[in-house]
Amino acid sequence: MAKVLNVNPTRMELSKLKKRLATARRGHKLLKDKRDELMRQFLDLVRENKTLRKKVEEGLREANKSLALARGIMSDQVAETALLCPSQEVTLELGSKNIMSVDVPVYTAKTRTPNEDDIFCYGLAFTPVELDSAISELNSLLPDLLRLAQVEKSVQMMAVEIEKTRRRVNALEHVMIPRYVDTIRMITMKLDENERSNTARLMKVKDMMIQEQYSAKQQA
Amino acid sequence: MYDIAVIGDRDSVYAFAALGLHVMPAQDKEEALSLLSRLDLTKYAVVYITEQLASQLENELRQYTESPVPAIIPIPGILGNTGIGMESVKLAVERAVGSDIIGAN
Repeated sequence: MAKVLNVNPTRMELSKLKKRLATARRGHKLLKDKRDELMRQFLDLVRENKTLRKKVEEGLREANKSLALARGIMSDQVAETALLCPSQEVTLELGSKNIMSVDVPVYTAKTRTPNEDDIFCYGLAFTPVELDSAISELNSLLPDLLRLAQVEKSVQMMAVEIEKTRRRVNALEHVMIPRYVDTIRMITMKLDENERSNTARLMKVKDMMIQEQYSAKQQA
Repeated sequence: MYDIAVIGDRDSVYAFAALGLHVMPAQDKEEALSLLSRLDLTKYAVVYITEQLASQLENELRQYTESPVPAIIPIPGILGNTGIGMESVKLAVERAVGSDIIGAN
């Protein structure tokens, strides 16, 4: 049995508590719905996150293989000068999407030059072909990388929100509501008991009065 | 307008420069940490960090989990995949659901 609230057993408290119980029940139902919907969307996102991550990790592994080969052939200086001034630049437009009161980010990528494939900022004469293939692999992976960032951030933020909502639902379900119910029962029982003792007293008094009248009549 | 940063050892990250991402080479934990703390959060929305570094900075990266900016995403570097990226997804599910109900696939 949950702990009973420390209140006076009066009608006033009773009606106050009944109102609070109704609010708690409604809040509990709403939060439970919120949790369920968050969970549904969350699981979809997590699935996407896992497949994206696999794809990105696979792609990066391939790109890194080519890169390692390229590094084996060219010197540090050549590598650095080749990529010294990139011709392409990616910037992000940061929007936000509201999923059940969680503001998750939405990234829209913009490239400086209109042609997204404009990535080779070096002359092809002094660099190995592996560098070219590594860079073009990375470039084709970029949309997935961005999508991964967006999805992974959303997943993290939603996980926090779900945890909070779940705690609230549990607190209402297992602590607040039973406590209110028990307190209301306690007050109702006390009030009923008062009522009964009042009735008993009245009956007793009535009996005594009748007894008195009866003995007065007999004496007369 | 936000930029994208890539933090990691030079060999893993230098090719990202060609795509127009901002490359910040860091050889060890201390360098990465000082880069992160100096990172202008009004400028960078997404930060990719190699898994090798991310695994050493777990506690420091946790503070960025709840805020919308920046998103710090671990990616495998040239030394290979340590699995910490998948691990972080798993942790998020465990945090929300209580146990990883999606599994490895």
